[in-house]
Amino acid sequence: MRYLKSREAILALAIVVLLGVIASRFPGFVRPSNLARVFTDTAPLILLALGQMAVILTKCIDLSVAANLAFCGMVAALMNGAGVPLPLILLAVIGLGASLGAINGLLVWRLGIPSIVVTLGTMTIYRGTIFLMTGGAWINAHQMTSGFKAFPRHVLAGLPIMAWIAIAAIALVALLMTRTALGRAFYAVGGNPHAAIYAGISVGRSQFAAFVLAGALAGLTGYLWVARYAVAYVDIAGGFELDVVAACVIGGIAIAGGAGTVAGAVMGALFLGIIKNALPVVGISPFWQMAISGSAILIAIAFNATSQRIPGRIILKQAGHRT
Amino acid sequence: MTALTGRQIPDRLSSPASRALKSWEALLLIVAIAIFILNTLASPYFLDPWNLSDASYNFTEKAMIAFAMAMLIVAGEIDLSVGSIIALSSTVMGAAMAAGASTPLLVLLGLGTGVACGAFNGLLVARFGLPSIVVTIGTMSLFRGISYIALGDGAFTGYPSSFAWFGQGYVFWVITVELVIFAIAALIFGILLHRTSFGRMVYAIGNNATAARFSGIRVDRIRFILFLLTGLMSGIASVCLTSRLGSTRPSIASGFELEVVTIVVLGGVSILGGSGSIAGVVLAAFVMGLVTFGLGLLNVPGIVMSIIVGALLIAVIAIPRLWSMTRRA
Repeated sequence: MRYLKSREAILALAIVVLLGVIASRFPGFVRPSNLARVFTDTAPLILLALGQMAVILTKCIDLSVAANLAFCGMVAALMNGAGVPLPLILLAVIGLGASLGAINGLLVWRLGIPSIVVTLGTMTIYRGTIFLMTGGAWINAHQMTSGFKAFPRHVLAGLPIMAWIAIAAIALVALLMTRTALGRAFYAVGGNPHAAIYAGISVGRSQFAAFVLAGALAGLTGYLWVARYAVAYVDIAGGFELDVVAACVIGGIAIAGGAGTVAGAVMGALFLGIIKNALPVVGISPFWQMAISGSAILIAIAFNATSQRIPGRIILKQAGHRT
Repeated sequence: MTALTGRQIPDRLSSPASRALKSWEALLLIVAIAIFILNTLASPYFLDPWNLSDASYNFTEKAMIAFAMAMLIVAGEIDLSVGSIIALSSTVMGAAMAAGASTPLLVLLGLGTGVACGAFNGLLVARFGLPSIVVTIGTMSLFRGISYIALGDGAFTGYPSSFAWFGQGYVFWVITVELVIFAIAALIFGILLHRTSFGRMVYAIGNNATAARFSGIRVDRIRFILFLLTGLMSGIASVCLTSRLGSTRPSIASGFELEVVTIVVLGGVSILGGSGSIAGVVLAAFVMGLVTFGLGLLNVPGIVMSIIVGALLIAVIAIPRLWSMTRRA
């Protein structure tokens, strides 16, 4: 527990140093108004990272979150075009996202197919279905009502609604993780599935719940994404699933399951978000972005691995982990 | 990747799926033949030898990498950076071409870059003990990022005509060079995995790396070699793809990694490691090639093809499990 705490502290320190380096040349970047903008920009990544964290904690991975996001975003745009009121759209996308997550979860739980295979398949299926719904057509800003587009940008007490939604999600998921039996189950299942079974926890059911959570968050993010950028098409958020996994990894969520915190996932997402937002400001071409985030991932995991290394050779412990 | 997904305590060796896996190649062969017949019925142009030959481009480049990836997955690791290795290798060749390098040197540089990238992955995984799925998500961004830094939104074009042979040439009248490379790679990897002690050690590591280490297998060295092989095959695929397209863009081969993994998994290789065969991968490559080609003849858009491939992936794995569940009940 002590080093878990210090890992988050070091990540926070890294973020502060990063901001300091940027601020030394571009003081405007750390103005509160700009930091609020960076946080709002990073909100989708934070929302998805929270769901992905739950999935990774249970020793699974969800590669379909970005496709889920695109699917729900398109449905939100179509519903808006059909004149459905916004509260209903919000409920619908959360429900739809949760159902898509439930499909992943059921395949993993009931059929025991490895999650990487399931979500590799559903990733292409979900994205392809958008094409079937729309024939590849785009839905542009002028086809959306102004209320639909304005909601995530509406400023409340200095922050846009989108940022508030991210904050609310962080608080709710943090409560879920630390204060509920389900949250404990996620850790137990990932930490030691055999022990979890003996403790009466259903491994499959917990994994299913994690996928539903990740799906619901992806669905909600789908609406936010489409409304904020005012466009919906097949390829929105293409490749974003890997950014989400990267955010979790940078945040210290162990890919083998069982270890990680909400604070870590959020800071991992913020770290990537700050880099992404700072590059153009600092005058580095955006073409550097991939190489820099790739290096950040490698440095983060190298760091995590050295802090997690088991001192000495404890044979039984190793054998128990390698399931 | 140690994804644990079963409901019960995992027991890989006696899982119902492993018994179904024994006839996996038979199942794939039937599927391939069925699709072949369907294609013949669907379009009179299907059986044209030139058509068939060009259709092989649908899968040969990905399948070459799939052989090395299959061994890696059998050993319980994964490499998600293969598409990016292709991009970096192609970028290096492009830069060398712009500097006036000859075709043999281009090929050498392409393969060398692939091997170097594989060595980098292998070093991080084997030497430092980091999980391969995360390492290669990182290097996936890193390698492609370097290509973007070098090229921006530009491209290298104007490869020498002698270089075009790899991706556009024919060996025996109508057989493409790529198909020949694919066949040779299948043979070599088949022998390596199924007929050598190296191959047996790969299975041993995939089934239980700790036990393998204690029985004297140099686990880390073999993991490193497997990453080298995946890098090398990505380098070869990069030469073929660059030569076929005649240009290098930083977005080249994006999304390849997932298609390669799809071929491997469709080929019956367990994503959890420890089981699978090269024959299955060869058949899966043909199934994928035939499906995409047949759908192409029917003017089905690419994205709908990907739905079908995704559904095929899940169905092929789910059906034997459903079958064994109903029989047990």
